[in-house]
Amino acid sequence: MKLYDIAHSRAGDKGNISTLSLIPYNENDYEMLCQKVTVERVQNHLKGIVSGKIIRYEMPNISSLLFVCQDALAGGVTTSLRMDTHGKALSYALLEMEI
Amino acid sequence: MKQKIRIGCGAGFSGDRIEPAIVLAEKGELDYLVLECLAERTIALANKRKIQEPTKGYDPLLERRIETLLPHLVKNNICLITNMGAANPIEGAKKIIEIAHKQGLNIKVVAVSGDELKIRNEELEINDIKIFGEEDEALKLIKDELNSKKLLIPNSQLLISMNAYLGIEGIIKALEADAQIIITGRVADPSLFLAPMIHEFGWKTDDYNLLGKGTVIGHLMECAGQISGGYFADPIKKTVKNMENLGHPFADIFPDGSAIISKVEETGGIINLQTAKEQLLYEVINPNEYYTPDVIADFTSVKLEEIGKNQIKVTGGGGKTKPETYKVSVGYKAFWQGEGEISYAGSSALERAKLAGETIEKRLKSQFDEIQVDYIGQNSIFPTSEFQYLNSEVRLRVAAKAKTQAEAALIGEEVEALYTNGPAGGGGVRKYVNEVIGIVSVLVDRNKVQPQVTIFQN
Repeated sequence: MKLYDIAHSRAGDKGNISTLSLIPYNENDYEMLCQKVTVERVQNHLKGIVSGKIIRYEMPNISSLLFVCQDALAGGVTTSLRMDTHGKALSYALLEMEI
Repeated sequence: MKQKIRIGCGAGFSGDRIEPAIVLAEKGELDYLVLECLAERTIALANKRKIQEPTKGYDPLLERRIETLLPHLVKNNICLITNMGAANPIEGAKKIIEIAHKQGLNIKVVAVSGDELKIRNEELEINDIKIFGEEDEALKLIKDELNSKKLLIPNSQLLISMNAYLGIEGIIKALEADAQIIITGRVADPSLFLAPMIHEFGWKTDDYNLLGKGTVIGHLMECAGQISGGYFADPIKKTVKNMENLGHPFADIFPDGSAIISKVEETGGIINLQTAKEQLLYEVINPNEYYTPDVIADFTSVKLEEIGKNQIKVTGGGGKTKPETYKVSVGYKAFWQGEGEISYAGSSALERAKLAGETIEKRLKSQFDEIQVDYIGQNSIFPTSEFQYLNSEVRLRVAAKAKTQAEAALIGEEVEALYTNGPAGGGGVRKYVNEVIGIVSVLVDRNKVQPQVTIFQN
């Protein structure tokens, strides 16, 4: 099963940081996501995209996780040579993860 | 004191659609309409326009937006709050008065400025500037600029603009002056929404708990369509109806800092728990401490509840104190970017595209330090070997940083030359040259920044 099957995500950008939310369709899946989608797994899954540290915030108030990824935008939104300078599509990279 | 105010958000970025704002102004029964039109880089680009033409530098869509909206704003007694002033709120305000005059309408427009900082006039010294995060690039740029002046090198125009993110202060003064339209330069997005709440409900500006709640509402609203089904739809998992007619949101806000977010009936899109959660977390770097010039807000205590069709109730959230510094965006001339693209299709499309990419790299590597080679359809969006898809078409893209416009043009020229000097069957070449404006952020002490208001009336 991919994360895509049970959760949705939106990517945001600030400088060279990409923020990736992870929101289960069913709030009962939140605990399971907390256990399975660890920083280590995300770091490994996004290697080649995110080169810096990743911080995970747990938000039980809205049953969601937030991954704040440093050095994720090849130098930053304004000076990256990548196609998707903002990393707008990276939400769907996270959702490709198998769990 | 009012027991409820309604604020609509009719634009979430400079290039946003105009129609949803008109629907809000016409049918939304609004007290306030906010148009948020400034991204990180927008103001630096606007400043470039102002340097070329001193009466420009406000939002390029300002005339079209105001011409269509103004009759509705006046008829329905709606106050418009917008950062469409960009690099030149004063000239933006004058333009609005000119449009009102042509339409035979008498209005009061207040410009909020003071966000633009200048090292040139010695208003600011190097010791006033602090590093934001781990970046030191900005400080180096500003130091270079100062040094170049001391050395009397004219036209060292590396720095384009420095703009502080102002908070509520100027907008509140403008509201007290009973403006029909408030046009600002750089203001933190949630402050555009928080100011009318403070003004209408008499919140104290050091009641950080209420300011935090208001900031949460502003943050949910500031990207307009992003909370009403825009940037959300996925035909497989997240269905959104009538996307072509996507409605932008309005919020009914109450004196206790709670709100109900909804949209005009019969518009397209959707507002539900999923859209609200995605937007609450959008671009948040630390949900325990969300910094604006007005408050350090807490998002971890926000509660969202679906109370009806396309209706989300927002409660909770809070805040503690406000930052001692303003965040300042520094725009600078970074480099010229050259790009070229060409497509390959059918059997061996990827192999031929890769041969083309490798050939270009060999031809250009002696002249460029940083060359990006993408295979669109394969790895241009997720640049990792983890995800591999097979496609019948591949588009090669080559991009590189150059010091001059002429040098940047070489990239596209080499891609175009693949027609007769590269692999079989390449087609559809496009080439681009663009000047890239970079943005870095620094912090400046509050006492170095003075918001100003200027009143215009016809």
